[in-house]
Amino acid sequence: MSQFLEISGLCAQIDADGQKKQILQGVDLSIPPGEVHVIMGPNGSGKSTLSYVLAGREEYEVTAGTATFHGQDLLAMEPEERAAAGLFLAFQSPIELPGVNNANFLRTAVNAVRRARGLDELDAVAFLKMAREAAKALSMAPDMLKRNVNVGFSGGEKKRNEVLQMTLLQPTFAILDETDSGLDVDALRIVAEGVNRLRAPTFSALVITHHQKLLDYLVPDRIHVMARGRIILSGGPELARQIDQEGYTKFLAEVA
Amino acid sequence: MPAVTQTREAVEKLGQSTYKWGFETDIEMDMAPKGLNEDIIRLISSRKGEPEWMLEWRLAAYKTWQAMKEPKWAKVAYPPIDYQDAHYYAAPRKKPGPKSLDEVDPELLRTYEKLGIPLHEQALLAGVEVPEGERMPVAVDAVFDSVSVATTFRKTLEEAGVIFCPISEAVKEHPDLVRRYLGTVVPAGDNFFSALNSAVFTDGSFVYVPKGVRCPMELSTYFRINAKNTGQFERTLIVVEEGASVSYLEGCTAPMRDENQLHAAVVELVAMDDASIKYSTVQNWYPGDENGRGGIYNFVTKRGICRGARSKISWTQVETGSAITWKYPSCILQGEGSVGEFYSVAVTNNHQQADTGTKMIHLGRNTRSTIIAKTISAGQSDSTYRGLVRVQPKASGARNFTQCDSLLIGDQCGAHTVPYIESRNMNARIEHEATTSKISEDQLFYCRQRGLSEEDAVGLIVNGFCRDVLKELPMEFAVEAQKLLQISLEGSVG
Repeated sequence: MSQFLEISGLCAQIDADGQKKQILQGVDLSIPPGEVHVIMGPNGSGKSTLSYVLAGREEYEVTAGTATFHGQDLLAMEPEERAAAGLFLAFQSPIELPGVNNANFLRTAVNAVRRARGLDELDAVAFLKMAREAAKALSMAPDMLKRNVNVGFSGGEKKRNEVLQMTLLQPTFAILDETDSGLDVDALRIVAEGVNRLRAPTFSALVITHHQKLLDYLVPDRIHVMARGRIILSGGPELARQIDQEGYTKFLAEVA
Repeated sequence: MPAVTQTREAVEKLGQSTYKWGFETDIEMDMAPKGLNEDIIRLISSRKGEPEWMLEWRLAAYKTWQAMKEPKWAKVAYPPIDYQDAHYYAAPRKKPGPKSLDEVDPELLRTYEKLGIPLHEQALLAGVEVPEGERMPVAVDAVFDSVSVATTFRKTLEEAGVIFCPISEAVKEHPDLVRRYLGTVVPAGDNFFSALNSAVFTDGSFVYVPKGVRCPMELSTYFRINAKNTGQFERTLIVVEEGASVSYLEGCTAPMRDENQLHAAVVELVAMDDASIKYSTVQNWYPGDENGRGGIYNFVTKRGICRGARSKISWTQVETGSAITWKYPSCILQGEGSVGEFYSVAVTNNHQQADTGTKMIHLGRNTRSTIIAKTISAGQSDSTYRGLVRVQPKASGARNFTQCDSLLIGDQCGAHTVPYIESRNMNARIEHEATTSKISEDQLFYCRQRGLSEEDAVGLIVNGFCRDVLKELPMEFAVEAQKLLQISLEGSVG
């Protein structure tokens, strides 16, 4: 037991048009500190749901199983408590907040998390300096801090903005939900570098992706294949390459 | 800074009420009997020491009012008001207040705390009584300080030639000015509530800025000597001469405790050639409890006239309080090239109802108006934007831009937009944009995932929604208004 992230028998359902729909059907997953794990799997297998459930989205009802983070019962915590505890979710489709200045949003978030972690809040000057440096490292245009959160951002800009937030919030566990989708090769590399800069013995990530390309830059420790709400197969980095070439069909047939 | 302002304001009120208390020796007579009739109006007028013409004006207004019916077109519902079951005159007397903070409504204290008002100032604001011969220990300096500050400001204003005093003082000290302008923008018979106000108004401000003078400071009722709690029937008249300008702040972000349920204010603004008036309001009167009991009925008539060429009147309002809000700050754009602006945020929660908007009447050539109205509804509340843009035949080249955005929180509230557009000139250009949106679960979850509490998330999203209006407020006001928006919507999600 690593005591970092432990998921056991996790089941969750969502209310879809009045019908309960079971999406997670007993997920077992253990991620030790300092590792990058990848979840692959066909569409609709429950990958995004897993990320939402771990981050605490209320629409999903956990019906069985446990998830602990640093030994704490993750499922009993509010979303903002999970964030304060060090969990970060890079959204597959980042949300727009009209009228909310990006820098102001980031600073409010960073200070909320710092407060919860018992750190001093950053003043505007210190924060802006930090934010500008982080944005520059991600090759983001300086005006993106002044624009409204994700409003009018291109797909690539939104994804970079997610990585910027991750950099500033300094999580110990990051879930990246298809952060590579819709990115060109250069953007992909920049995003991957952003994640790599966070890599440390105390930092782990769970990367949801369909593509090998991102993994060339990220160099994962473990690959998990998810299907029908379960992890059906786990392996080393070579598994991702195998899937990239052969698709999921073979693996699905094996477990069926 | 805001807290300091609060202190001064509160301390001033304390000081004043003592002062007035000394004046009113006849305790028996400090409140008129219930009901409204000519005798009551005569009593008000004589108590105020008014000249005959003022009394005549009031009586005429009363006659007009008697022949009028309460308007029913607004989308607000409330039980019938018995106009004979109210006091129309109460001399400023000291009402028995709470003895210590322990006796003050904890809900009120919680709000003060959230607004960042220090403890000793909370006591002042809540009207905690100080035993005879004793002074508020912390506030002593503030008393002296505030008096000197107020005096300094008054001197500065006098040197600039600006008149800023209670309307009842102006009636006596500056009768010619008051007579020339009172009721010219909002005639007594304009509507039911303006007629009522004209008959019985007892308080309010008078501002006169002479030709070419830029008022050296922002005017707020706090700096007015003899200011007291906002009256039930407030009457404000602001006249700005050629090339002069003024910015006037009305209201307070701290919640107002008031025993009077019915409020019917009238505000009149007059701008001459190249004059400019900026009128900002933050209204946070008692909205009633979460079940819709109690709360202020606020029926306001606010109107300004741009008489002169290139003159400008700008209304900015943040309306979060009152059980019923019925309010349409308007501009009559008479002077050529004059400009009218209306920036509004109206927040309703629980069972509050607001029907608010503006009227832009384009009379002169090349007149321009801008309307930005943001409506936020939560709980079981109902909010309506009602606005009129009218372009008269002579207003060639008139332009209007209107944007009405509604934000819904929860699924039991309502938001309505009722724009009236009447153009009688082919050259006019009128644009109207409207949106309705909800704070989505996605937005809330996104913010919370980044570490914000649900309340902070709502505050952030709502403030973002209102940004175009809030940026029109004077700086300190804007900061307080932001906090206020969040407080008003507390408990509206989840």
